[in-house]
Amino acid sequence: MLKIWNMKQKQQSDANADAAAGNKKKKVTAAQLRVQKDLSELELPRTMKTIFKDPDDVLNFELTIEPDEGMYKGGQFHFTFEISQEFPHQAPKVLCKEKIYHPNIDLQGKVCLNILREDWKPVLNIQAVIVGLQFLFLEPNASDPLNKEAAEDLRSNREGFKRNVRQSMGGGIVRNEAFDKVFKTRD
Amino acid sequence: MSQPVMVAGTIPVPALEPDSRWTYLDNVRRNTGPYTSEEFDTSDEAVSTMDRLKVLGAGGLGCELLKDLALSGFKDIHVIDMDTIDVSNLNRQFLFRHSDVGKSKAEVAARFVEKRVKGVSITPHNCKIQDKDEDFYMQFNIVICGLDSIEARRWMNSTLINLADPENPESYKPLIDGGTEDCQIAGLSTQLGFKGQSRVVFPTITSCLECQLDMHAPRQAVPLCTLATIPRQPEHCIEWAHIIAWEQEQPFPKLDNDDPEHITWLYKKALARAEEFKISGVTYSLTQGVVKNIIPAIASTNAIIAASCCNEAFKIATQTNPSLGFEENYMMYSGNDSIYTYTFKHEKKDDCPVCGQLARDLEVDPNFTLQEFIESLAERAEAQLKKPSIRAESHTLYMQSPVSLEEMTRPNLKKKIGELVGNGDEIAITDPSLGTVNFKYKLKFFKEYRAAV
Repeated sequence: MLKIWNMKQKQQSDANADAAAGNKKKKVTAAQLRVQKDLSELELPRTMKTIFKDPDDVLNFELTIEPDEGMYKGGQFHFTFEISQEFPHQAPKVLCKEKIYHPNIDLQGKVCLNILREDWKPVLNIQAVIVGLQFLFLEPNASDPLNKEAAEDLRSNREGFKRNVRQSMGGGIVRNEAFDKVFKTRD
Repeated sequence: MSQPVMVAGTIPVPALEPDSRWTYLDNVRRNTGPYTSEEFDTSDEAVSTMDRLKVLGAGGLGCELLKDLALSGFKDIHVIDMDTIDVSNLNRQFLFRHSDVGKSKAEVAARFVEKRVKGVSITPHNCKIQDKDEDFYMQFNIVICGLDSIEARRWMNSTLINLADPENPESYKPLIDGGTEDCQIAGLSTQLGFKGQSRVVFPTITSCLECQLDMHAPRQAVPLCTLATIPRQPEHCIEWAHIIAWEQEQPFPKLDNDDPEHITWLYKKALARAEEFKISGVTYSLTQGVVKNIIPAIASTNAIIAASCCNEAFKIATQTNPSLGFEENYMMYSGNDSIYTYTFKHEKKDDCPVCGQLARDLEVDPNFTLQEFIESLAERAEAQLKKPSIRAESHTLYMQSPVSLEEMTRPNLKKKIGELVGNGDEIAITDPSLGTVNFKYKLKFFKEYRAAV
């Protein structure tokens, strides 16, 4: 049997490294460690905040976005973040909790954002995803639609689209579809 | 000194002596060759050590690996697999018969190989690798994995690395990992089925699976908007049915990939959509393949990788030839364009979250408050922390950011360490000033914790 311990001893005397171990208890997983790092480096603008139902579970949380400019100004949108043990190899799963009228978010809350799917890379972090979501509210994108009708409205009649956005945000009906009221209540 | 040679085509009719099966294997083990290591020992005693080695095979490479290990002279083999035999396995998993459908893969495979190779003991474990604890893994000399998910690989990797204890030579378990899903080397195309890799990890000594995580190609994803608006391929229609139509219509409470009724529903949806967009090629089996993320496995690729893993195990165990490991540790195989293999050394990463920073022991007084503990950390030379955030495995002690988490964990600052974590627990510390480096400490209480009255 190959004596890999001898190699370790050699490596240790070479580097004089110190390491310690023993019978360990529960260890922090690599995914948790990366999320911890991402969260502790998070820089959120005033328009966004995170909500943790359970502070001990950093892999599941909610993000609130309150755009202060653009067509969705005055709204309050909630997104759930679900991060797996494969993070950062796999992107976080992000869903919009409200039913909203938006070309890149469908009626079930699925979000079409390239870095959440085809362009996700392990070097990206939670901050990048959050910035991406913020961007969707400032610049809805008609060329990558998930809600085809909304995209069509945005393309063909920008003013009409704006009116539809306001209508839907107030809980109104647009194109026979009732939307959730998302205007921020004054408190 | 001449070495006996095995010549192809002259496989002798097995003699009836019980040990004839091992004749050639014994020749290899009892003769020094040009590549045998300096420590190679041909004595009876040395040769018989292999009989006592305990090896563990985990997951997918299953039938091939078990057969290879048993025929390579390993006598004490454990196999761990949570799967049961499905009728679709029978075309390539040759240890299973139709009557075995529904039974545990580990158990059926173990009984079959034990029956065919006399003198080998195979112990099946019909469970997840995560169900076993450190004591279980400590008993093995070599661990061979053919796991099919990154999550399972990461788990096994970190478990074996955390076993490594410089005081205990037995705690260093060579990890041999084989995979036939796609592996990506920059610049090469990513065709499936003919590619694989085998690699060897010597815990804390050489690059670990976490260091090599970027070698895995991410699953190819199609933009959601393509699925929603302009499908071009039959797969797009199936993914649409799977991700979008299912949730809109919810034909059944929960999607079960193994329920033919559910797959049929998806197939019909996908077919209708394909017709609408004039796309051909949606079939039931393609639907099944896309939904279950089946990467077309080519039986021979699987066999090649399993055999390569077994050979490395044999060389590590016997020292007859240099193995993958200390120098070169990664062998990639591709049969896409003729045949190509490349073996190289993947360097260990100093900032690897698993093997880069092993948890160091840290003596603490459990009666310190978390606040006092954090202040004491700032004084430690190696840490130099400015804004440390601290978590234990299932407990967030203190996070500096984001605001909501800081507010929720702030009350912990006044609590005593002993109240928040147990003696021997591991904590991880991150700090923006550390860059990619993290610290892990294993807390050792040097005083008794006195709970506040």
